[in-house]
Amino acid sequence: MAEHAGEHAADYHEPHIVPVGTYVMVFVALMVGTALTTWVSYIDLGEWNTIAALAIAVCKMLLVVLFFMHVKYATGLTRIIIIAAFFWLGIMITLTCSDELTRHWEIVPQGWTSAVHIARQLF
Amino acid sequence: MAATHAHPPGFAHQFETVEQQREAGHLGMWIFLATEILFFGGMFTAYTVYRSLHLPAFIQGSHELIVKFGATNTAVLICSSLTMALAIRSAQTGKSKRTIILWLLLTMALGAAFIAIKLRYEWYRDFVEGLIPGVSWLSGGTHTPGVKMFMCFYFFMTGLHALHMVVGLGILTVLVIMTARDRFSPGYYAPLEISGLYWHFVDIVWIFLFPLLYLIGGRY
Amino acid sequence: MSTTTADLHGAPAEPAVNYLNASYGIKSWLLTLDHKRIGLLYLGTITLMFVVGGVAATLMRLHLVEPQGALFEPETYNKMFSTHGIIMVFFFLVPSIPATLGNFCIPLMIGARDVAFPKLNLLSWYIFVTGCAFALYGTVAGGVDTGWTFYPPYSSLYAQTHVVAVALGIFIAGFSSILTGLNFIVTIHKMRAPGMTWFRLPLFIWALYATSLIFVLGTPVIAITVFLLGLERLLHVGIFDPAVGGDPLLFQHLFWFYSHPAVYIMILPGMGVISELITALSRKKIFGYSFVAFSSLSIAVISFIVWGHHMFVTGQALYAGLVFSVLSFLVAIPSAVKVFNWTATLYRGSISYEAPMLYALGFIGLFTIGGLTGLFLASLATDVHLNGTYFIVAHFHYIMVGGAVMAYLGGIHFWWPKISGRMYPDMWARISAAIIFIGFNLTFFPQFMLGYLGMPRRYAVYPAEFQVLNVMSSAGASILGIGYVIPLVYLIWSMRYGPVAGPNPWKAKGLEWTIPSPPPTENFEEIPIVTEDAYNYPAIEAHQYPDAPGVARV
Repeated sequence: MAEHAGEHAADYHEPHIVPVGTYVMVFVALMVGTALTTWVSYIDLGEWNTIAALAIAVCKMLLVVLFFMHVKYATGLTRIIIIAAFFWLGIMITLTCSDELTRHWEIVPQGWTSAVHIARQLF
Repeated sequence: MAATHAHPPGFAHQFETVEQQREAGHLGMWIFLATEILFFGGMFTAYTVYRSLHLPAFIQGSHELIVKFGATNTAVLICSSLTMALAIRSAQTGKSKRTIILWLLLTMALGAAFIAIKLRYEWYRDFVEGLIPGVSWLSGGTHTPGVKMFMCFYFFMTGLHALHMVVGLGILTVLVIMTARDRFSPGYYAPLEISGLYWHFVDIVWIFLFPLLYLIGGRY
Repeated sequence: MSTTTADLHGAPAEPAVNYLNASYGIKSWLLTLDHKRIGLLYLGTITLMFVVGGVAATLMRLHLVEPQGALFEPETYNKMFSTHGIIMVFFFLVPSIPATLGNFCIPLMIGARDVAFPKLNLLSWYIFVTGCAFALYGTVAGGVDTGWTFYPPYSSLYAQTHVVAVALGIFIAGFSSILTGLNFIVTIHKMRAPGMTWFRLPLFIWALYATSLIFVLGTPVIAITVFLLGLERLLHVGIFDPAVGGDPLLFQHLFWFYSHPAVYIMILPGMGVISELITALSRKKIFGYSFVAFSSLSIAVISFIVWGHHMFVTGQALYAGLVFSVLSFLVAIPSAVKVFNWTATLYRGSISYEAPMLYALGFIGLFTIGGLTGLFLASLATDVHLNGTYFIVAHFHYIMVGGAVMAYLGGIHFWWPKISGRMYPDMWARISAAIIFIGFNLTFFPQFMLGYLGMPRRYAVYPAEFQVLNVMSSAGASILGIGYVIPLVYLIWSMRYGPVAGPNPWKAKGLEWTIPSPPPTENFEEIPIVTEDAYNYPAIEAHQYPDAPGVARV
């Protein structure tokens, strides 16, 4: 009914207002993370370089998602959507790699010269 | 029963309550962001495969990129996320429209700075040095054909990201105009919140692009 | 001014003001925000695309009556099957039920005034039309000859046809799907009437919800894939070119990550329709409501982890092939659950054989055949022989045409009185359902045999010993074509001359049957409060079956 338009439902939750201090702390943490990622790349950790970089990126993402995007105060449905999207991305990467990385073909780029592109029809 | 309601600004009549509309809008934007995760995800999948298969070439290609510009741009975007969050908070707490607009303009300025740094110090330089496949590519020297594959990914991924930034700037422009026209209040600021979600998402994509493109194989 | 004709059951006549006559003029249609009008806009566009795809199919079957090909050069034949596939998959089957019946029925069935985002809904239609325009331009300008699957390196390096135009059309139409799916998910979550809990929803809504999940998670990947293909073709730089270290199979992985779930986009809504038709026309509660509801979700989820079964013979790693084969067997289970439950619903129901029921029964039989033949293809050993043959063609046509299209027609017939306010002539409807069933089987059953005997698909010529089966198939196709034209005629005829239907000609349960036909623009005068389960038909009384030992009470 239109007359309820100005009222709120019985289970209405006032949107959470995050304190400025929280935002600033998250901001500082993100800047520190960026500096850390850059600094670590100048240190030889072998394979752990990649893992460290990705781990820091994931932490930064979590900070942005939880605080800037207010997911810390959001409903379960919102969290399911985010988790589902990343899970599905994970499916795509994992199962694709289950083929691409298990063929064990000899990767010889054959001199990396371009094939002859004979297709002329642009549109 | 006479309706004695006052229609809040922006209320859409397919909904029964303002709360329902707000929740629907949020849900819609989160679903859209999920689609964007899968959209960028296609390229991240391809990237994962080729980086695994051609790691030396990817390392060599990554070393063609200048870390300080990538890091600076990361910092710029993080600042813009902060200013965006503060713009929304200003609307939530009933600050003047001047305050909201200032934060929004600051966000736009930072976004524009991101693009400017990209264009002037990265892509223009790549153009001059013949590192843009299909546009200006000089073979030889450090520009081995394997680097070309990496540079394809670099331009495809950062290009798509930049396109999303530009769209974001457009959205922010609209928000500035809406704020100037007194459309927002502590009772109604959903477009700001929803656009903020989009803006933060674009920031998150860059948070991953930076290490994955600029820091492959380390700089030691 | 209302007309004074009584409807079929002597109930009140057609309402004076409904969504069709609430406003006139082309602008009121092209700028409408009413989900019902948008559903009809889609209906028109999709019918047009079906005709285009159907013409391509007709030409193909005419060509194949002779072993050396009756009509075309092989290059032209390649364009025919590519056009048929592209148009039918991306521009007919994917949007068909969701965009027409989904748009029309979802708000009505959940007790809402419209979808969550009506403007986005209209925008989706315009985006779809734009995609169709690019695809039709590409077709008219000469078409593509890559097959609907666009595999590189042929499509990226060598094809001299309008790949970019058609790929752009697909890219754009994909966004239409994404926005539709988004709209449906938010609508179903947020706009159900009071008392309409998730487990009181009609199963058509569950099916559309599951379909929308696939829209939202899968379609972005095809978008980025054709985007990358287009870049490779235009800029001559690429990531699928083996000569520069790329992998054409990566394209196939990304392509099929969407395109396999896409086939479930095409069938799930049809399954939802069948649940509605079976319950209404056997006047019986669905058997195993929660099983059917969860099977829709299971299909949507499992559909995303089976795509490699399209790539068993492409050089994919054997390890991956094993994984995908096992998972592909899994996906058959929820589909089977649905078939069992529909059958159990029919058992001891009060079945009436009007056209929608005929389509539903046809669906159950033909979809089962199509689904079972999928198991031969999921099995690695048999797929090696059957892949790339007409067995595959028959398999997916049994599901897409024998399943999805029949469900689409059944749904159109079932909700036609609600959409138009009129009833169609039932005799003609039953006749055309029969013609379609016969024509369909004559067209596609021989193709199973052809595939088993080894005739490859996408070939313009074939060995002479296959001619009899090919001619049978082509004869069937002509009958099938007639079967599709007849409903077009009588449905349009009925809009003007059909008897007024009244609010509930089927005496069916469901919120959409409680409002006038055609409905008013705002759907419900007052948003209903739902107190009963879906399909709450009265149980069959014991006295109807005096001799039965234990009467089934549901």
